[in-house]
Amino acid sequence: MAKYLLLKHYRGAPAAVNDVPMEKWTPEEISAHMQYMQDFATRLEGTGEFVDGQALAPEGTWVRSDGEGRPPVTDGPFAETKDLIAGWMVIDVDSHERAVELAGELSAAPGAGGEPIHEWLELRPFLTAPPTITE
Amino acid sequence: MTAPVDETLLRAIVPTVIGTLGRRGADFAAAEDAVQEALVEAVRVWPDDPPRDPQGWLVTVAWRKFLDATRAETARRRREERVDAEPEPGAAEARDDSLRLYFLCAHPSLTPASAVALTLRAVGGLTTRQIAQAYLVPEATMAQRISRAKRTVSGVRFDRPGDIATVLRVLYLVFNEGYSGDVDLAAEAIRLTRQLAAVSEHPEVSGLLALMLLHHARRPARTRPDGGLVPLAEQDRAAWDTRLIAEGVDVLQAALARDRLGEFQAQAAIAALHADARSTEETDWVQIVEWYDELVRLTGSPIARLNRAVAVGEADGARAGLTALADLDPSLPRYTAVAAYLHEKDGDLVTAARLYAEAARSAPDLRERDHLTRQAARLNALLG
Repeated sequence: MAKYLLLKHYRGAPAAVNDVPMEKWTPEEISAHMQYMQDFATRLEGTGEFVDGQALAPEGTWVRSDGEGRPPVTDGPFAETKDLIAGWMVIDVDSHERAVELAGELSAAPGAGGEPIHEWLELRPFLTAPPTITE
Repeated sequence: MTAPVDETLLRAIVPTVIGTLGRRGADFAAAEDAVQEALVEAVRVWPDDPPRDPQGWLVTVAWRKFLDATRAETARRRREERVDAEPEPGAAEARDDSLRLYFLCAHPSLTPASAVALTLRAVGGLTTRQIAQAYLVPEATMAQRISRAKRTVSGVRFDRPGDIATVLRVLYLVFNEGYSGDVDLAAEAIRLTRQLAAVSEHPEVSGLLALMLLHHARRPARTRPDGGLVPLAEQDRAAWDTRLIAEGVDVLQAALARDRLGEFQAQAAIAALHADARSTEETDWVQIVEWYDELVRLTGSPIARLNRAVAVGEADGARAGLTALADLDPSLPRYTAVAAYLHEKDGDLVTAARLYAEAARSAPDLRERDHLTRQAARLNALLG
């Protein structure tokens, strides 16, 4: 088994096929989309492959240390940041092929006009703990 | 006066109890559920009221749980009548039950992950929560994985022997996962393999047990206090567990004497040669190369060929190792790391530093990546 992160972007991914921003969907289309995501997660729990799924607010803050005894410096959000992550799902699957298959299904969530979005999702394998037997 | 429940003892009798319920007519899935419930009750009740006969207690309680679950009153009466006539299982029957359970849980119709989960629960007696924690997935996900696995094998006849190789692969997977949660999976894999060796004569079972013991013996030396990986050559050999090594070597020798070599015996032989050496320099690399030749012959595995190239590099020099490496597919996992090592040994530090950095970028696990990055950094510092 291997864990993969499916990353969904607000910004930074190549353009989706059905590329209409969510705020221009009808409320029913938004509900249908949410339902699809929920059903997808429920189904993966049923197959024993679901680990985690979260959505993120688009507005974030940049934080860095400013030295001992001083409060951290904050900045942003930066409108020009290229990569903006919208959310993720973590799956635990038997093969890379299965991970690709599931990412494909998730990418087909319905969007504007009830048509599949066919958006680009980023599939990233987890780094694991090393196996006990190596040599 | 309450004594804590000896969970290892408790879990060791699980396969026999499931087998007994099976012989009384319970199907596997229901028997397994009933035994899990009985285990929970044992952990609750035993500290204040330890049973004189733990196995008998578990059978009685699990059987009651099973009957409660089946509910149908007529079926219950019929089954109770059958139980009255049933003799207690003999040692041979208990052994067969246990063996069948291993085969069922590693059935080829299951995916590796499902077989692992089912084995840990039904043979190992671990709870779903413990297994979920060990594999870092939510309990609900693991529960589903296990119940699907039980459904998959529900049609499998419980009376036919399977292929021992499938069982060994599952146990190997459990061992290789190491330990991440509450449960030490390496120790659990050893326990289950030991238990299997007690009921199976197959020399590969002993081979796998020896392999696990010999690797487990080195565990205290494998990681730095900060969690970093210590390669074999740099391990403090005084920290190796000599008792485990001695046991591993004994088990291996008994297996080899049976003259039915298999891949786990060959791997264990390599591990034994490492365990036997006081340093990398004193290691019998020539014999290790010979064992890798056997392993390649037995498995044809490209990973075995890659490891063989490392051993050739030690036995016959870096150039010979690089020549052995040249025949292999560069897309193999760890190929670049091996190439880096052999180039450094050959004195080509520039190439080695570049390859270590490249290997780090494609390393599949965190500690290996850190290790390879350090190697690259060390050489880059030397090169200035």
